[in-house]
Amino acid sequence: MAELRVQIAGVTLENPLIAASGAFGFGREYSEFYPLSTLGGISCKGITLKERSGNPPPRIAETPSGMLNSVGLQNPGVERFIREDLPWLREQGTRILANIAGNTPEEYCEMAEILSGTDVDLIELNISCPNVKQGGVQFGTSCAGVEGIVSQVRRFCKKPLVVKLSPNVADIGEIAAAAEAAGADALSMINTLTGMRIDIRTRRPILHNNTGGLSGPAVFPVAVRMVWQARQRVKIPIIGMGGVSCWQDAVEMLLAGASALQIGTVLFTDPYAPVKILDGLRRYLDENGIAAVPDLTGQVRPYGKEG
Amino acid sequence: MKRYDVQSCRIAAKREIAPGIFDVWVEAPEFAAAAQPGQFAQILVPGKTLRRPISICDAADGMLRFVFQVRGGGTARLAKDSAGDAWDILAPLGHGFSLPARGGRALFVGGGIGVPPLLFAARQLGAGARAVLGFRSRDGVILEEDFARAGCEVAVATEDGSAGYHGLVTGCLDGPDPDAVFACGPTPMLRAVAAWAEEKGVPCQLSLEERMACGLGACLGCACKLRRDGREEYGHVCKDGPVFDAREIVWEVE
Ligand SMILES: Cc1cc2nc3c(=O)[nH]c(=O)nc-3n(C[C@H](O)[C@H](O)[C@H](O)COP(=O)(O)OP(=O)(O)OC[C@H]3O[C@@H](n4cnc5c(N)ncnc54)[C@H](O)[C@@H]3O)c2cc1C
Ligand SMILES: Cc1cc2nc3c(=O)[nH]c(=O)nc-3n(C[C@H](O)[C@H](O)[C@H](O)COP(=O)(O)O)c2cc1C
Ligand code: FES
Repeated sequence: MAELRVQIAGVTLENPLIAASGAFGFGREYSEFYPLSTLGGISCKGITLKERSGNPPPRIAETPSGMLNSVGLQNPGVERFIREDLPWLREQGTRILANIAGNTPEEYCEMAEILSGTDVDLIELNISCPNVKQGGVQFGTSCAGVEGIVSQVRRFCKKPLVVKLSPNVADIGEIAAAAEAAGADALSMINTLTGMRIDIRTRRPILHNNTGGLSGPAVFPVAVRMVWQARQRVKIPIIGMGGVSCWQDAVEMLLAGASALQIGTVLFTDPYAPVKILDGLRRYLDENGIAAVPDLTGQVRPYGKEG
Repeated sequence: MKRYDVQSCRIAAKREIAPGIFDVWVEAPEFAAAAQPGQFAQILVPGKTLRRPISICDAADGMLRFVFQVRGGGTARLAKDSAGDAWDILAPLGHGFSLPARGGRALFVGGGIGVPPLLFAARQLGAGARAVLGFRSRDGVILEEDFARAGCEVAVATEDGSAGYHGLVTGCLDGPDPDAVFACGPTPMLRAVAAWAEEKGVPCQLSLEERMACGLGACLGCACKLRRDGREEYGHVCKDGPVFDAREIVWEVE
């Protein structure tokens, strides 16, 4: 039997599959389907220092092979998360990534400090939310911005620090390198791509926020490309995500350079997707005599420049 | 059974009961036993990322009934399936109608495709209830006999006057004062019904719609503004609803 266990920044995950932030809430709703220990980890809904009410509806629009969302970081705030959700989550037998977003560097630092005093396993720095005016993406789209915020948070963060990158940038390799240089222990990517849909009857955007973040199978090739490009620039592990929908996608993302995976949108199509992806991955490893998941990471054999 | 789950359900019967409106019974013994009036299902459409929320119109004999209208690509695809085909269904979801223990006079107000979500509740409170069902025209009238069979006194209204009362359902609300109002339909209708019930001092429950992704309360996609404990906040149609106490709803000005 192949080894599904992986290590991210010194934290052992029972398997490489993590529920993506925002798709899974704080896990309670999906625990009705299977024990949450089925998953290697859970990235919690993005939390902010103070409670946020989120954007007005509609917040969801379907797209070809995907969807847009403009939830806008609706969340109870870090204190209530620690009081009301974390104790329950801790009992579920899975790793916990606290996904955090802030308006200012000071807010990010304060949250990192507060959460460092709890038993979350990793902190995932969301500097890539496209749905709020100040949700970090202003820090996430330039090398200077990334370096600034990551190095400041690093000083307050006593947990392994995962930096979640935005795909809405010109050169993902540069951004990844900047995050690593500033002290990130791992990267996660990609967050959603900014998109828009318009109702041709009313001539109004479908989303009340006008624009939203694109996710699902539609973004998968973009995510694979970005993980592959980032892999070539950094040594730290990458948690790959964006449109992973089946075990074949999971293998592909690992080959591109991911050490672990997150899945979001596919849960809406099929809440049992994690179980199916893990079964398929396990079978693939066994059938191909691959001993462990890390043996796949980054093993794509790209063509050389000369062809 | 789990509170909700995913199951593959065989279609037992399907009928087009009005142009573009389909009446489908699926075999789903566990869902049928668990379902409460006003709850809904998320039905997978092959090839689509998001499931389609459709109300549970009725549950009986180990089957669920859905009545839906073709609106776009997803519902058009569902309408292609027929008896023997299987649907992948996530159900039962949401918080349905709170039905009074017994007795009392209920008033059901449905507009168009907002009529089906009321039938299951009407079958439980039928005797002595009144159902006011509104449609655009005679062609679109659905479920009139089902409400009658449930014991309701039924009034039909059509906007063009081709059947029943000529005008909107809100024109035929007045009658003996009800003890509770249950409504589903277009937003302007719901607002008018809520205002009418408020004026009469009658409790009123409304079934709302919003675009959904998870259908479970996890993604926070299906927001609707509520007034709870004196403060306004976004609740979620799939989990806190789809049925709400009318006084909780904060109507958006647009
Ligand atoms: C709780 C609930 C119960 C419902 N019950 C019924 C019912 O019993 N019978 C019935 O005919 N219809 C019902 N609807 C509406 C039904 O979900 C939509 O008509 C359907 O999703 C349209 O899908 P489409 O692919 O045909 O249209 P498209 O416009 O192509 O759909 C595009 C996207 O928008 C979403 N969408 C479009 N219109 C609506 C809408 N009105 N509400 C929510 N999402 C929408 C779709 O789900 C899809 O994600 C209900 C909606 C909700 C929220
Ligand atoms: C409804 C929804 C809400 C999301 N909320 C967050 C969030 O709060 N924080 C965050 O870092 N990413 C958030 N994301 C992005 C996802 O975590 C993930 O990066 C993205 O959806 C791509 O993966 P997928 O295609 O598997 O969904 C959200 C995505 C969706 C669909
Ligand atoms: S649809 Fe996900 S919270 Fe309602």
